[in-house]
Amino acid sequence: MSANALATHGLNKNFGSLVVASDIALVLPQGVRYALIGPNGAGKTTLINLMTGMLRPDGGRIVLGDDDITALPPEERVRLGLVRTFQINQLFPHLTALESVTLAVCERRKVARTWWRQLTAYGDEIDEAYDILSALSLASVCHRLTRELAYGQQRLVEIALALAAKPKVLLLDEPAAGVPREESRELFAAIAGLSRDITVLFIEHDMDLVFRFASRVIVMVGGRVLVEGTPAEIAADPRVRAVYLGKARHEAVS
Amino acid sequence: MTSEAIAVRPLQYLQAQMRWRWSEAAFWLATLLPFVLTPNYLVLASQIAITALFVLSLDLILGYAGIVSLGHAAYFGVGAYTAGLLSKWGFGEPLTGLLAAAIMAGLFGYLTSFIVVRFRHLALIMITLGIGLVLQEAANSASWITGGFDGLQGIHTWPILGKFRLDIYGYTAYGYSLAGLFVVFLVARRIIHSPFGLALRGIRENGLRMPAIGAPVHAHIRTIYTIAAIIAGIAGALLAETTETVSLEALGFQRSADVLVMLILGGTGRLYGGLIGAAVYMVARDQFSGLNPQYWYFWIGLLLIAVVTLLPNGILGGLAHLARRMKVTS
Repeated sequence: MSANALATHGLNKNFGSLVVASDIALVLPQGVRYALIGPNGAGKTTLINLMTGMLRPDGGRIVLGDDDITALPPEERVRLGLVRTFQINQLFPHLTALESVTLAVCERRKVARTWWRQLTAYGDEIDEAYDILSALSLASVCHRLTRELAYGQQRLVEIALALAAKPKVLLLDEPAAGVPREESRELFAAIAGLSRDITVLFIEHDMDLVFRFASRVIVMVGGRVLVEGTPAEIAADPRVRAVYLGKARHEAVS
Repeated sequence: MTSEAIAVRPLQYLQAQMRWRWSEAAFWLATLLPFVLTPNYLVLASQIAITALFVLSLDLILGYAGIVSLGHAAYFGVGAYTAGLLSKWGFGEPLTGLLAAAIMAGLFGYLTSFIVVRFRHLALIMITLGIGLVLQEAANSASWITGGFDGLQGIHTWPILGKFRLDIYGYTAYGYSLAGLFVVFLVARRIIHSPFGLALRGIRENGLRMPAIGAPVHAHIRTIYTIAAIIAGIAGALLAETTETVSLEALGFQRSADVLVMLILGGTGRLYGGLIGAAVYMVARDQFSGLNPQYWYFWIGLLLIAVVTLLPNGILGGLAHLARRMKVTS
């Protein structure tokens, strides 16, 4: 496998006359923690939708490891290890947390098409799901319906579902959206604790979290990548300061 | 806590959830009561068992995968005509008839599933309605084979297992239909408690998230749609064999609508909901039409409004709610 986990080449997408992605070329080396920042409407979520196949690009290529995945449907990209979470919870309200994650494990292990054996014959899958939930401190609520969980716990189930797919590249769309500040630190600590084999790209608006947990930062504006660099480089970049960071924030960081 | 203790517990919890309950055993024992209590109504009981099987097939796609269909009678009809024609052409062995019906309905279900998976919501209702109408008119115009409007005549069902002849009281018919319902129910119950059953519930709960966990949603839907078509076909074949006649009504819109009503009445996604809905609906229809042969749909309409208003999750949903409240207060 190449050292680059994910790369895009000249990615373009328009909605009519509105350009939402313009000539996006990114190379994400394996194991790096990326933050994707930019003002509202910069095209951050659109980029994740393009990478994961929920949107089809008008032009350009997407390469995962050594595979060109531009033409693959979303579920096959997931099976190759490109997994995302959603800014607005996309969960299974009337499944328990354990059932939800077990389902994701079964899909990955290709046993979810088995209709002639009882689920309880799949102890390994259930154990793996339980371990994932335990690692995110959800073991005690794993038999509760997802919709009955506290919001912060639901955000963790969102991540647990992604982890069950054994990602090589994990794209987190505002994982702490709507979570109180204290809890969002815990949530990011959990993300920081993920295996170093996993390449992580997260969208986040809280600059403290960005500078604390990202090793590199990508700044998007108006569907383009403005600049990519280390947090220190980004903080010092005058163009970034002009379009995105407030002056006070810049001083606080530097 | 040892790692072993952690690993065992969630599995045991799920096992307990899927265990056979006393209420289930009681239900199936109760299905034998008509033989003793209402022997004059065994013909109706047989029709109820067959309809319950048909409703069960709809529950698999609607209640578990969230696919609303207004043309499900198409597969019932394919099964009925397959078994009927096989018998008319000289081979009236009933179990072979069921098998042939299952194969033909399954084949038709598999082919149409490729259209069905591409649509959701209102468009899906229109598509399934269209499939039902097309098939009904095709059967109507092909009267040289189906008997058209007059129905298929000349069916003769051989004794079941070479032993049990159909009788006018319906003893054999009900026994045969009930056995068919029970065997298929066991299969359906296994499907629901399988990894595939979990995936179906995932599709119902959030079809958008499923691809994001690597699930082939279209393939899953094609599989369950085909299974549901097979079960509907078996139900149709049971009706053709026990009544020794098939009419166009077997694949008509009215039957598709009725089966949907029965499922909602009983409660969707509960396996037993469809069975109870079929029994309540058909007994009510029998009683109401006896009271007033002309306007009995008035009472059916009233029943529907009452149930949906008072029990939004169907009869079984209401019972489950009651059971939970009694557990809390006791």
